Amino acid sequence: MRRPDFSTVVLWCGLLFLYLPMVILVIYSFNASRLVTVWGGWSVHWYVGLLDNTQLMSAVKRSLQIAFYTATAAVVLGTMAAFAMTRIRHFRGRTLFSGMVTAPLVMPEVITGLSLLLLFVAMAQVLEYLMGITFDRGMLTIWIAHTTFAVAYVAIVVSSRLGELDQSMEEAALDLGAPPWKTFMLITVPMIAPSIIAGWLLSFTLSLDDLVLASFVSGPGSTTLPMEIFSAVRLGVKPEINAIASVILLAVSLFTLLIWFIARRADKRSRMLPPEEERLRAQPQG
Amino acid sequence: MNRFLRRPSGKALVISVPYLWMFLFFLLPFVIVLKISFSQAAIAIPPYERLFQYADQALTIVLNMGNYIFLTQDSLYYAAYLGSLRIALITTLVCLLLGYPMALAIARAPRERQMIYLLLIMMPTWTALLIRVYAWMGILSSNGLLNNVLQSLGLIDAPLQILNTNSAVYIGLVYAYLPFMVLPLYANLVKHDPTLLEAATDLGASRIRAFWKVTVPLSRAGIIAGSMLVFIPVVGEFVVPELLGGPETLMIGRVLWQEFFNNRDWPVASALAIVMLVLLLVPIILFHYNQSREMEKKT
Repeated sequence: MRRPDFSTVVLWCGLLFLYLPMVILVIYSFNASRLVTVWGGWSVHWYVGLLDNTQLMSAVKRSLQIAFYTATAAVVLGTMAAFAMTRIRHFRGRTLFSGMVTAPLVMPEVITGLSLLLLFVAMAQVLEYLMGITFDRGMLTIWIAHTTFAVAYVAIVVSSRLGELDQSMEEAALDLGAPPWKTFMLITVPMIAPSIIAGWLLSFTLSLDDLVLASFVSGPGSTTLPMEIFSAVRLGVKPEINAIASVILLAVSLFTLLIWFIARRADKRSRMLPPEEERLRAQPQG
Repeated sequence: MNRFLRRPSGKALVISVPYLWMFLFFLLPFVIVLKISFSQAAIAIPPYERLFQYADQALTIVLNMGNYIFLTQDSLYYAAYLGSLRIALITTLVCLLLGYPMALAIARAPRERQMIYLLLIMMPTWTALLIRVYAWMGILSSNGLLNNVLQSLGLIDAPLQILNTNSAVYIGLVYAYLPFMVLPLYANLVKHDPTLLEAATDLGASRIRAFWKVTVPLSRAGIIAGSMLVFIPVVGEFVVPELLGGPETLMIGRVLWQEFFNNRDWPVASALAIVMLVLLLVPIILFHYNQSREMEKKT
């Protein structure tokens, strides 16, 4: 047996560092004792208690709804953006466009949150002045904020797939007379489907996790799950929070496994393709 | 040129819809932040005074520099910016030192195992930051798991104060941002041609020398991407310093939050955001330039 090298040892230590706190959290969520630091035997007491907490449950429902709409909108906009960035070499304002699409990836959330809130306040003033409509902040504004942020992630995921895609299939369909939109729907979309699904799931979890943006742009009565958790956590460690945090951890783990299976299947399929692709590439392209 | 989008209508649609969305909800808001940073705080809804006033057939524009002057006068803000930059820099370096060997190990693993490692690295980033930080609160508190273990081993007599100090903030930040360093580094390292290293060793370079002379220079783009993905968001980080830090932890994201939510001083919060944005402009442009160059290479 070969001695593991330095980098492998660091990798294992790093993974331990990433996972140990979460494992400890889940174990402590089954602690019967109210005192979070003292072990009082196993119990599912705190999980059962969650179901009775109507405030928390309505926040869960609200967060899931926002996450669903966010993911759906972000996938549509993000795929379009990725398409524009990878397939259209020149158009007016291309630099600004790709800048706007990648910047949300790194922009500190407090800045994005504050700026969106101020936009919504200004929009409300304009709408009230021009049309007499009162525009309240709530789920709609959280959805807009989350979508803006998630588009960047979808665009990155999808454009990396579009970049490595063999374009000869699309060329062939176009040569055979298929209209562009049909080519896109029947050829391109199925080929990039795994990354579209991965982008959807990623946007869903991003939206479900966000605290800072939602805190800025939410209105009264639209408290999301992370906001509920945050206000409880500020006061210290609580067994109920351990339980809900463990549920979220479990849900995200299942989600990630799902994404992994989708990605792996796509990876296998694309590795089975090469001879076919080679053959297509060898043909003269007209 | 792809013939896909020969027809102008489809091309225009694909560009204009996301363009319009991002312009309206990402770029335009910054203009409003800039505007409000020049207005005066007021007790009203919304809590600031108007910049443009039209009265007696005269449009008056009042640009109030007071918020920016205020930022220079109170040493708190100066210390918070400096503290944020220092904490972000140290966090980035620690993540790089820890993340580089991790990414290298993954990139050199068999392909099937690479997927599993990647999954393990990625999964924490998809879990709420809030929850992962919360997990550390239970571990680091004075009667928490770490202190209990250390005490029962007899290593320390009295519990260590770790929670609510800068040490806890560093632990939390490295914990939260390490995957963002590993992933771009891996994406870069996995593309390296192993024959280059073989050539280097064949020509008499030691493994360590080959690493410094071949692997590291080739991974420059990955190092830049990973470092920027850690550094830029950490400068504005709010959750980690709020939950793990103490009164000594001065970070600008936290100060902005307090200015906005506790003091309800929107103009000062806007000025803080604008200054932060100016500070981050160079790293953001560097990141963007690096990303688009990588993307060009691919297509």
